[in-house]
Amino acid sequence: MTEARITQAEAAAPAAAERLARRRRLVAVLQIAVLVVVLGAWELCSRTGIVDPFFFGMPSEVVQQIRTWIAEGTSLGPLWVQVLVTLEETLLGFAIGALLGVLFGVALGRNQLLADVFGIYIKIANSIPRVVLGSIFVIALGLGMPSKVALGVVMVFFVVFGNAFQGVREADRNLIANARILGASPRQVTWSVIMPSALGWILASLHVSFGFALVGAVVGEFLGARQGIGLLIATAQGAFNANGVFAAMFILAVVALAAESLITLVENRLLKWRPNQGPETGF
Amino acid sequence: MARGEPSIELRRATRSFITPTGAMLTAIHDVDLTVAAGEFCAIVGPTGCGKSTTLSLISGLAPPTAGEVYVLGKPVTGVDPRVGFVFQSDALFPWRNVLDNVAAGPIFRGRPREEALARAADWIRRVGLSRFERHHPHQLSGGMRKRVALAQTMINEPAILLMDEPFSALDVQTRILMQDELLQLWSTAKASVVFVTHDLEEAIALADRVVVMTAGPATVKSSYPIDLPRPRVTSEIRFEPRFVELSRLIWNDLREEVLVSYRRAAGVAA
Ligand SMILES: Nc1ncnc2c1ncn2[C@@H]1O[C@H](COP(=O)(O)OP(=O)(O)O)[C@@H](O)[C@H]1O
Ligand SMILES: [Mg+2]
Repeated sequence: MTEARITQAEAAAPAAAERLARRRRLVAVLQIAVLVVVLGAWELCSRTGIVDPFFFGMPSEVVQQIRTWIAEGTSLGPLWVQVLVTLEETLLGFAIGALLGVLFGVALGRNQLLADVFGIYIKIANSIPRVVLGSIFVIALGLGMPSKVALGVVMVFFVVFGNAFQGVREADRNLIANARILGASPRQVTWSVIMPSALGWILASLHVSFGFALVGAVVGEFLGARQGIGLLIATAQGAFNANGVFAAMFILAVVALAAESLITLVENRLLKWRPNQGPETGF
Repeated sequence: MARGEPSIELRRATRSFITPTGAMLTAIHDVDLTVAAGEFCAIVGPTGCGKSTTLSLISGLAPPTAGEVYVLGKPVTGVDPRVGFVFQSDALFPWRNVLDNVAAGPIFRGRPREEALARAADWIRRVGLSRFERHHPHQLSGGMRKRVALAQTMINEPAILLMDEPFSALDVQTRILMQDELLQLWSTAKASVVFVTHDLEEAIALADRVVVMTAGPATVKSSYPIDLPRPRVTSEIRFEPRFVELSRLIWNDLREEVLVSYRRAAGVAA
């Protein structure tokens, strides 16, 4: 009886794995199908004149544009230099903004007086559309990298700050009490209990905020720059080159997706201790 | 410490809270309690009467609103390193494995990491979890997590051990196993214990003395010495005539308070 059940369970395991693999393949095939249909429809509509390719571009032309940029360089210089400039601005803005966000979030989360005093100002600052600050930064910091980084920092800071603050506030009071009883100093409580508790919240905010840093860099370049993908877009726009705008957008998407998967990788490593969420197999 | 000097002493200890509606809520009122060195004292009382609050005063996690609290001859001004506390709900650090959880106390207290880990491994062996050193809390059963919590507390060799309904979330079989394990650990550690529970049988099986608290605001109603011989086996002691006799005696006392508390809750609900 027991033996029979064990054999059954053993037989069921590979079958379940097989089902799971088949499902994954199905999803992948469908995903590719959606992409082909959308791009194909776009291409077809442009070629048959249902939409005007002058305004809306055409996938084949976008690919051609990227090829030309790679082979012959852009009007601003080699393509990889533009990508690197934007990437550097983004990463700097992201890193500085995230660091400041975590620092302030934890400080205000841990200190009620600081929270009471600064909370209101942060709320006000948060309600201002911060992209507007880009103009100020270009005026104050010039056309170079600092103005873009500054805009990225401002965009990233509030997202990370909000999550870090919330994460600190949500830390389990039982765990804090236990750490104190076990002998932890306030500093040790912050590092050994508060930070790990808030880590999930902070990492979640990093996904969104990398995109914000990228927006900061590109918008900054839009407003005034000598190099970068944002300027490339502005130039293409000035030349009524829709395919150029789409090509630059595609490059930005690749950068954003690469960063996203990197953050997910880091997140999974840091949160390894977490129980697997959700059922193992879907129905 | 002088002989015969109490380990823990509460003198007319009172603690009140301001509720969110602005009203004053007195959780415990004029509690007088003395626990001798090495004594195992169990506190029973209706749910919500103020047992956890009493422990939080002894632990130094919260100050009394009025009255005095002494631990090992000194007034309590904050968390004392000689006090250990096993919490009711899980308080293990979920991001640390069993070994790092148990080693947390010595590491917080500045012991070298190597030494802390070696001692932690020893304590994990004592609670029978050596195979699970690298597991995280969520990978353990409730009983195993309690064992880890015990090891985490005992590694600091507390002179005073506070326990807040530590086994209430466990199934009956596991609970009895854990009670025996606790008595085993206590017999070698010889700490003074304050063990809060709402389970009267558990209190009698474990303790040298059972203190009954009144329905909130709690104060000490009565105190019963438990003259059952040691060493005890908690699974068997329940059937001894003296145990049954003590249960009946204390239950008569406790029942009134439980009824008061129950009627009050029902009255609020109605
Ligand atoms: N932090 C708090 N704020 C307000 N009221 C509290 C707080 N802690 C406990 N109380 C109240 O004090 C009373 C006693 O609580 P507690 O000591 O936890 O009881 P017990 O442990 O005996 O079940 C309860 O009515 C509870 O609602
Ligand atoms: Mg309680």
